[in-house]
Amino acid sequence: MASALEAQSVVKQYRVGSGTVNAVDGVSLSLQRGEFVALVGPSGSGKTTLLAILAGLLSPTSGSIVIDGQDLATMKEAQRARFRRRKIGFTFQANNLVPYLTAIENVELMLRLNGEFNAAGRRQARELMVRLGLEERMNALPRQLSGGQRQRVAIARALINQPALVLADEPTASLDTERAFQVVETLANLVHEQGNTGIMVTHDLRLVQYTDRVIQLVDGRVERIISPQEDLACLADPAECAMIPTDVLGFERAGESTTQKTRL
Amino acid sequence: MFTAIHLALKEIWRNRGRFLLFSLVVALITLLVLFISALGEGLGSGNREYLEKLNAELIAYQDTARLSIASSRIGCDKRREILRVEGVRDVGPVGFASVSIPMGDGAEPLDISLIGVEPGKPGEPPVVAGRGLVRKSADEAIVDRTVALVTKLQVGDRLTIRSVQANEDQFYDLEVVGISDSRKYGLRPSVTVPIVTWDEIRPKAAVGPGQEDPGCNVVAVQLEDPTQLEPMRQRLQAQVSDIETVDRKTAYENTPGYSAQQSTLNTQNGFALLIGVLVIGGFFQIQTLQKVPQIGMLKAVGTPNLTVAIAVLIQIVTVTLLGVIIGGLATLGLALVFPPNIPIVFEPRSGTMAVASILFMGPIGGLVSIRYSLRVEPLIALGLSS
Repeated sequence: MASALEAQSVVKQYRVGSGTVNAVDGVSLSLQRGEFVALVGPSGSGKTTLLAILAGLLSPTSGSIVIDGQDLATMKEAQRARFRRRKIGFTFQANNLVPYLTAIENVELMLRLNGEFNAAGRRQARELMVRLGLEERMNALPRQLSGGQRQRVAIARALINQPALVLADEPTASLDTERAFQVVETLANLVHEQGNTGIMVTHDLRLVQYTDRVIQLVDGRVERIISPQEDLACLADPAECAMIPTDVLGFERAGESTTQKTRL
Repeated sequence: MFTAIHLALKEIWRNRGRFLLFSLVVALITLLVLFISALGEGLGSGNREYLEKLNAELIAYQDTARLSIASSRIGCDKRREILRVEGVRDVGPVGFASVSIPMGDGAEPLDISLIGVEPGKPGEPPVVAGRGLVRKSADEAIVDRTVALVTKLQVGDRLTIRSVQANEDQFYDLEVVGISDSRKYGLRPSVTVPIVTWDEIRPKAAVGPGQEDPGCNVVAVQLEDPTQLEPMRQRLQAQVSDIETVDRKTAYENTPGYSAQQSTLNTQNGFALLIGVLVIGGFFQIQTLQKVPQIGMLKAVGTPNLTVAIAVLIQIVTVTLLGVIIGGLATLGLALVFPPNIPIVFEPRSGTMAVASILFMGPIGGLVSIRYSLRVEPLIALGLSS
C-alpha cells in the first residue's frame, strides 16, 4: 500500500548567532491512508516546526516530503498554496475561524477557495456540520460558539475537501477535558472513516488513546514511535507506563508534574 | 475573485458599525474637499464671472495699466480706432465701480459692482427677464440674478444705488428693466447701467454730472471670426497704439488676488486630499495589523495572496465610495440651505474632479495595508515565523 505521507531525512536548520540549531533533525516518517497519529514531545522539541514543514508552510533545509504522490520540494509558493487548499486540512490552536463568517460559511470557505461552492458542496458541508452535532449552530458567528463548537467547525472545515492530510496543531489546547476528548474522538473517527491521514500535535497524553501511533520528538529527532497495540496499553493503566519517564515523553499524566520521574 | 468579494463584503456587513463610522470620516473629508472646491469655484467665479461670460473675445486695456482694470482708462477715440481694425465686428466700452444698494430696515447695504456699458454693444449682459438697455433712457438698469434674489427686485421695480461723491453719500434712483444671469465681478453681484449713467454714479472726488465722453476702464472687442484670437490680438496691438489686448481668460486671471486666491484654495484642497489619504491609509493599516493572525490562517489554509489583496482593496473602495456618497449628499443638502450671496458654487466639473480625487486617493492610501497583508506569513497561524 502506497504511503499517504512520506518524509525522508527532513532537517530544518536555523541560524542562531554565529552557530546553527537543528529544529528538526533528520526526521523520517511514513504514514498510511486512514492513519491518525499523535506528535508529542516537550516544548521546543520541533513538533510545530515539523507540522509546518509537512504542511508546506516552511521549507526544510534538506530532506523530502511527498504527500499523496506529490513532492513539496518541487513546488513554488503559489503551487504550495494551491496544494494546501486542495490536499491539506488544518485545525489550529487559536484563530481557527474567520470571525465575520458564520460556522457554515467558514466550512464553505474551503469550497469557495477550491471552486466547488455548488449545491452538492453546500449539501456536503451541511451534512458534515450535522455529523459534528452543529446543526443548531450553523448560522452562529464564531464569537457565539463555545470553544468545543469552534474546534468542531474547524474540523468540518479541515475535512470538507476530503484532503489527503489533516494537520491539527494542539486542537484541544483551549478546551476542558470533556470537550477535548469529544473533539479528538470526532476527529479520529472522521479521519478513519474518510480515509484521510491525520497528524495531531498534542501535549495531552490522555488524548493519544484515539490515535493509531504516537510519534515522540525530542530535540528535533524522532525519539520513539509507540505502537498502539503495545505501549499505548499503559494509558489504560498508568502503572503500566512506569517504563517511560514523563519528562522525556514531554507530556503530563493527570495528577502528575512533568518534572516528576516515575520509577524505572 | 468571487471569494474575495464574499470575504470583503461579509466582513463589512458583519462589522457594519465600524465600517460605517469610518465611512462617515471619509464623508467628512469629502464634505471638506467639496466645500473647499465649491468655495474656490465661488470665489473664482465671483471674481471672473462677468469677464468669463462677456460677449466679446478680446479685452483692450490701457497699455500702462498692466492688465489692471481699475488702473486702465480708455477714451472714445481709442474705441473708434479699435473698431476700424479689420476683423473687428464690434466694440463696447466697459466701466467698473463699487457702490451699494441700501437694504432698509437697518440691514447691511448690499455691495455691488456697477458696470457701465453702451446699450446694445459688447459688454451688456443678455437678460433672462425683461429687456436690455436702450440708448435713450439713462435711468435704467439690469440687475443680475444674485442682486435680484437678495433684494427681491423684479422687472419694473425702482432700485436705489448709494455712491460716495466727494465724501458724501449720494443716492441714485433707477428702474430695473431686465434681470440677467449671475454676473459677479470683484466678488460682488452686478448692476449694469448705460456708460453715461455709470460715469455719473461711480464714486468720484467731486460731485458732478457725467461727461460727454465718459472714459471707460476697458473695451470689449467682438471679432468677426472668434477662432482668430491670437492673430487678431497681435493685429490690434500692432495697429492701435497705447493699448494692451488679451483674451478673457488672461483678463480674469489678472484681476486682483485671483491667482493668489485660487492657488491658496488649491493648496488647501491638496492638503485635505492628503489628510484623506493618510486617514484612509491609517485606518486600513490598523485594521490589517489587528487581522494578522486571521490573514495568516487564511493563507495557511491555501487562500491565494491575490484573494487577500483584492478583498482588502474591495473594502477600501466600498468604504471610500460609501463615504463619498454620504459626503456628497450632505454637501448637496447643505448647499441648498446656503444664502445666494455666500460665494459657494457647486460646479459639476470641479465637484466631479474632487470626488474622483478622493475615490482615487482612497486606494492609494490603502496600498500600504494591501502590501502589508501580502507580506503576512501563513506560519503565523501556527505561532511561528520564518
